[in-house]
This record gives sequence, C-alpha cells and structure tokens, in this order.
Amino acid sequence: MTQSTTLGFVMLCHTALHRAAEVARHWAERGCPVVIHVDARVKAWSYDTMKAELADLGNVRFSERFACEWGTWGIVAATQAASEVMLADFPAVRHVYLASGSCMPLRPVRDLITYLDARPRTDFIESVTTEEVGWTIGGLNMERFTLRFPFSWRTQRWLFDTYVNLQRRVGFRRKIPKDVVPHLGSQWWCLTRQTLSAILQGPDRKLYDDYFRRVWIPDESYFQTLVRLVSSNVESRSLTLSKFDFQGKPHIFYDDHLQLLRRSDCFVARKIWPHANKLYRTFLTDDAAQQAGGEPNPGKIDRLFAKAVERRVKGRPGLYMQSRFPNVDFENGLTAAPYSVFHGFSEVFENFEMWLSKTTGSRVHGHLFAPDRVEFAGGEAVYNGALSDSPKLRDYNPRSFLTNLIWATRGERQCFQFGPTDSQALNEFMAKDSNAQISVISGAWALPLWRSNRNFGEIRREAARLQKVESETLSVLRQVSTKARVRIWTLAEFVESPMEPLQTIVDEISPRSLRRLTEAPKMTDLTGFGQFLQNLRNQGMQPVLMGDFPAGDDPRPASASRGRPYLVK
Amino acid sequence: MGRLLDAYRLRWKRRRLLGRAIARRRELVAVVDRTKDILPDDILCFAVVRNEAVRLPWFLEHHRKLGVARFLVVDNDSDDGTAEFLAAQPDVSLWHTRAGYKASRFGLDWTNWLLARYGHGHWCLTLDADEALVYPYCDTRDLRALTAWLDGQGRGMFGAMMLDMYPKGPLGAQDYRAGEDPFRVLEWFDAANYGMRVQQPMGNPWLQGGPRARVFFADAPERAPTLNKVPLVRWNRRYAYVNSTHSILPPRLNRFYETDGGEAPSGLLLHSKFLNVAVARAGEEKMRGEHFSNPALYDRYYEAVAADPDLWCSASRRFTGWRGLEAAGLMSRGGWL
Repeated sequence: MTQSTTLGFVMLCHTALHRAAEVARHWAERGCPVVIHVDARVKAWSYDTMKAELADLGNVRFSERFACEWGTWGIVAATQAASEVMLADFPAVRHVYLASGSCMPLRPVRDLITYLDARPRTDFIESVTTEEVGWTIGGLNMERFTLRFPFSWRTQRWLFDTYVNLQRRVGFRRKIPKDVVPHLGSQWWCLTRQTLSAILQGPDRKLYDDYFRRVWIPDESYFQTLVRLVSSNVESRSLTLSKFDFQGKPHIFYDDHLQLLRRSDCFVARKIWPHANKLYRTFLTDDAAQQAGGEPNPGKIDRLFAKAVERRVKGRPGLYMQSRFPNVDFENGLTAAPYSVFHGFSEVFENFEMWLSKTTGSRVHGHLFAPDRVEFAGGEAVYNGALSDSPKLRDYNPRSFLTNLIWATRGERQCFQFGPTDSQALNEFMAKDSNAQISVISGAWALPLWRSNRNFGEIRREAARLQKVESETLSVLRQVSTKARVRIWTLAEFVESPMEPLQTIVDEISPRSLRRLTEAPKMTDLTGFGQFLQNLRNQGMQPVLMGDFPAGDDPRPASASRGRPYLVK
Repeated sequence: MGRLLDAYRLRWKRRRLLGRAIARRRELVAVVDRTKDILPDDILCFAVVRNEAVRLPWFLEHHRKLGVARFLVVDNDSDDGTAEFLAAQPDVSLWHTRAGYKASRFGLDWTNWLLARYGHGHWCLTLDADEALVYPYCDTRDLRALTAWLDGQGRGMFGAMMLDMYPKGPLGAQDYRAGEDPFRVLEWFDAANYGMRVQQPMGNPWLQGGPRARVFFADAPERAPTLNKVPLVRWNRRYAYVNSTHSILPPRLNRFYETDGGEAPSGLLLHSKFLNVAVARAGEEKMRGEHFSNPALYDRYYEAVAADPDLWCSASRRFTGWRGLEAAGLMSRGGWL
C-alpha cells in the first residue's frame, strides 16, 4: 500500500457495482482513500459481493446506507455520512472528490493530485444563483426552494404538477433560512477539508438539513448553497465531465467515445456505460504517456453535444421520414434547400432550360408535374434518390415526391418548369415554402395553343380551362400567408422588357456570379399572337392573364421600362 | 368523442387479437423449449419461419452479435432442414406447426402468443428471417446499450423501416451461400423515394416506396408493400401486433415519430428478400397464396420477380454502413450521442 495522499474519493453507487469496485480499486491502489456509499435499495447479495471484492484494500470504507431515490434527500444524507467517514478516518486528506459509481477517471490520479496541490484552498463546485441557471428540470428554479414537493416528479407527475400549481395559486411560500442564498449546480464537486467540515460540523447544520430535506432535488443545491456561506475560494465549475441531453438526462459514454473523452482533458467523466469494456481497459491504467495533461477543457467537445440536442429537437429541415414527420407549421423548413419554379418561361423562350442551366450552373428539369411523365433533366427515367419518372408514383404522394427530390439533391440547386397543364396538387405547399422561388409569366400557356394544330373550338375550350387553373394558382401565390419569393408578370409586360426580370432571377439563384447577362435566351416569335387572342375574344372567351396585346400591333422589345416585376412579399 | 370511441374500439380490437393468440397457442408444438434459461434482462428475438435454411445462419449470427440472448422461433412446416438447424442452436427455442400461415394472420397469432407468454417485461425484437436490424452506432454499441438508453428516454419502442436491398444485375445471377453476409451481395438501396402518411385510428406511420414500388408497382402505387415496422418493443403481455409488425396496439406504441420537427431515434431492417432464392420462391409463394389477404392482386408482382428482374438503377446507392443510412435520412440517431 502506498502512502495515503491528500485526495480522497466519496463514491455514491447504485448499479453496476462491479464497475464501481474496479474504479474504487484503481483509486485506492494509487493511495487515494475511498469511502463508498451503496444505495440501500441494492440487494444484500450485491453489496456483500462488492465488499468482498475490495476487502484487501485498507483504505476503502463503506458508509451507512440510505435509499437514494432521484431528487430526494437520501442522496444528500448519503453524501454527508460518507464524507464524515472520510474526514474522520483519513486525516491526511485535504480535498474530497464526490464521484458516482458510473464515474471514470480520464487522466492519471497523479495529475489530479498535482492539480489540486497547486490549488490547496480552492473548492471546485458548480454554484450558480437561481436566476442564472438555464438547465433545470421541470422549469423550477427558485420555486425549488419555496414550495413543497411531497409527490414524485417521475412517478406521480400529475400530482406533482397539480400540487405545484395549487401552491402557486394560493401563494404559498416556504421561508428560506436567514443568510441562505439559493444556489444550484452539478452534484459532483471537489471540496477542501476546511469547507466540507465547516458545512458538516457547523452550528446550524440541523436547521439547514431540516430546510433542505424538503427542497426539490437537494443534491443539486445543498452543498452548492452552503458552500457560499463557509468558503471564500469557490471555483464555480465541476471537475467531472457530465453532459445532459434535452430532457436533462445525463449522456452516457460508450466505447466509441474514447477519443472524445481524451480530447476533453477532464479528470473524471460520467456516466460510463457499464459494458464499455474498452473505456474501462483504457482509462484504468497508469499509462500517462498518451495524455495531453492540460487544463480540463470540456468546451472542446461541447459542439458535438449541442449538435445531438439540435438533431433531437429541431431535426434536419426538409426531411420527412419514419421518425420525423412534422405536423403542419412545425416543419422548421418545408424543404431542404432553395429551388426555383418557372411558369411559362420555356413557352416564351426557345431552349430556356438549356440556357438557364448554363447561366446558373443549376439542374434544370422540364415539367416535373406533367400529367404523362416526370420530365427530369436529361430525360432520366430515375433520378437522385431513385425517384421514378412514373406520374402515378409521383401523384400518389406528390409532397413526398418534391421533398424527396430537394432532399436527395442537397448541394445542387433544382429548377423546374410548371404550368396550368401540370398537376396542381402542390400549389399551396410551394407557396408556403420559403425555399421556393416562383417566377410566373401569366398567360404564357396560350403560346403552345396558338401554335398547335387543333380545331379552334377545342383550343377555345382548352384556353378557358387553363386560364381558370392559372387564375387559381395566382390567387394561391398572392395569399398573405405566402412565404415563397413570388414574381408575377403578364406575358405582355414580360416580352416588353425581358432582360431585367431574368437578371433578377439569375442573380438570386447564383448570387456569387454577379455579372450582367450577356447572352439572352432567344425569345419565340410572337407575330400574329395578338390576332390569336382577338380571335379567342371573338369566339366568346376572354383571355385576361396575358395582359394587353392589341390585335395586329405585335409587341416588340421596347425601350420603355414599364412593367417592372413586382415582388409579392 | 370520436377519439374516445376509437380508443374504445381499439381496446377491444387488442383484446380480440390477444384472444385469437391464446386460442391458437394449441397449434404450436414445442420441439425444443429452452425458455427456462431466459434471464430477466435478456433481449429476446421472435420469428416465424418457413424454409429459411439459407438465411437463418447469418440471421442468428447477426442478431447474436447485436446482443440478442434468446431466439423464440415458430417453424411453419419447413422441409429444407430449417427445423433441424434451429433445434441444434443452443439459444433457440423452437415450436412447430402445420397450420396455415394466412389463417394465423400471417403467423401473427403465434407470435403474439409467444410474446405474451415469454416476452413480458423484456425488450423483444420481432423479425422475419429476411430482416436484419441496423441502428445508429450498431457497429460499436449493442442492443443492451440501445435499449438501456431508450429506457432512460422513457421510450418503450423503436421504429425501423424495412429497407429493400438488391444486387446490381439480375437477382438470380448472384451467388450466395448460407452463412455469408447477404448484404455483400445485396449492397444497393434506394436512398430517397419513400413516401409517408399517418394512418388513423392507430396513428401508425404508413411508408411505401423503394425499389419494389419503383419497379413493380409504378402503375398501382397504393398497393406497394408497407415498409414501416416497430420491431423492437419493451413488451407487456397486454400488447398485440396488429398487422405484421407494421402496427401495434395500444396505439401510443405506433407514435415513435416526432411531429414537432424533431427527430426521434429510429433504425432500419435491411431486407434480404432479393437474394437469388427469391426468383424460385416467387412461383411457389404465388401458388400457396399465403402472403396477402387478396393474393390475386399480386400475381403480376410474383410473375415479375419470377422473371429474374434487375432492380439496380443509376441512382442506386451502395450500402457502406449505418452512417451512410443515417446521413441519407433513412433513420436517425435522435439525440443519441
């Protein structure tokens, strides 16, 4: 047995006692006295086994057992009893480190002793005033100290909540003992003999104990509060690395966290998964060579924990899958990435798709929602994510189709054509989607009709139908609730000065290449289109969405800059 | 009011299912009963199999490695050595039955009985022989770690969508021998062509899509196979699976998905249906008509599989491990770090 050191460990154990025994042995064999408290609810057989396992070590003690139910006084009572044994039996001990049975040393205990020897009067205990904590369970900070909690939060939640609300309503408040300023913090501390004995042997101990016995989760507040009364050298942080998830449950460390734990440079971590053989094998050795040995720096690994919480709470925007299926308005982004929808552009310009793809470097599809086929770019039959070009599959669940496409092509902007001949199922969805950039040349659907070789009566009926469909689309896009970036021009406005709108759209798609458009797409020849519209009028149909096309006066790219695009919201 | 009525109806439905399960327990004859060896914390795996001698060796191996302690298997009258193989395994308890698969609601009455009888209080994994569970960190953390964490989160169930795996080239052309990892042959999957809805009144997700929808059901997508499953549940003898492991009662166990934008934890069942044996088997299954409630509607599907198709396409993605599947958004670690 090596000589007793200035550092002693108090361990609170309730499960996986064989692992706790391994850790206790590790510390004890390196000269640190260990006082073990085993939860009174643990069966006698397990307790005796643990005692037998450590029987050969002279500097290990077992303290009086209390039932340690979560959030109750038992944990504090256990800590007090074990600490008293430590102070009484091991007079050389100057710092007492409170650990749990699922703690594990990450650095050689010599490192820790050296660290504490350099700070012989410092108490390491997280101790924060109630106004400044943001992490408390159940949202109770100050009320932990002023209300009564006879019901269990875990097993009698309804009674717990109801009783808390009742007390709030009738304005009940417990009296806080004089001089006590409530502080909260991590349960795992490292206190000096002077401080610890001042708390445990102070004249008002009974008063404080009686008060804290009825405080909720006193293990997070008893020492954290009282230390402020007796110590002048509190370093408000825990030497134990302990991270909590979004529910306030401690993260568990597994074998694959080995590098992460090393990087933290912390002295002790919890909770360790009892079956993490590799961790126990690695860290319960004296192999100090691989350790960096700087100041503990849990901040280095904080980002990972923050990301895990974010994944759980916010999820990946635009992803709809088996365990993420947000209700309406809870999507946190309807789709995964920005995309552009073009109404009427491929009718007004020849080769618009090729031009757009070249100019913006994005993926330009045809009419993705065409009735007879999904017109993927390049005429592909299967697209990213293994999306099929079958219109039936698409129409069976159109929202999945679009969100899947945008999800599966993250990193590459998608553009597609749309019009009144397509399936209109997603109009509302796209209008509500802030990732959608929707540019509309209204009435452009008339151009293919004009060029078609169909009977005029048929054309008239079709024109009336398409106009109705597009009017509905436009009214959806013009709703107040629209979040998409919507621009709408009539055909007449657009052909008068097409470059400015095109420039705006292209700039928005690829903002980095802020350059003037040099090559414009070739506009289709509109000679005779005004007459066509007049013919429709003569037949009793009123084409309105194209804007003003006087019969016979064919539009020419004019100099006037009238008809600027307008941005809805 | 409607919701209360639904809840009441579902409660009776669950009781009816359990009643059926109890009634049909007589169809099961114990071949090897090692259920006395089950320890309180053991993770159990339940399966109904028929002629799966090719898949079972790797199936058992994979799930043993993940930490399944005991397998409870019903052999539905196999004649390819399945029963002999299973009886020889030290951790398998085996029952035999000649009764009809369809009449037992696709084996579910038997499963529900075994679950109620032996699964109470355990984490239970209910699988078919062509399914292999994967979940986040499954290469470094076993099922004990996963289930302990789920317990800590207060989640009594774990959803896992079926992911159809397929080879590159015609199915029949791929060589596979019993005991090998099937996903070295079937190493491709569809990454993002799944569609989801929520089905009422049970509130279970309904997922369809994947290569079967893409190739076999492009003209009748509503008939494409259901992919959602809840295979891993901390069982209670009052629970009952309703429709394969696609849905379960009481309904709260179906809601393993988050609706507030967050991601709940989930895994996947890699589906090895499309091994070379599937081609020969399609004809047989079509003849038996034991696999769908209206088998005639699926004749074309069986014919298409029997014709030895190639499910691979240029957009198929290669399986490289759980991280790839998680990044593709097919499953989620849901806050587990």
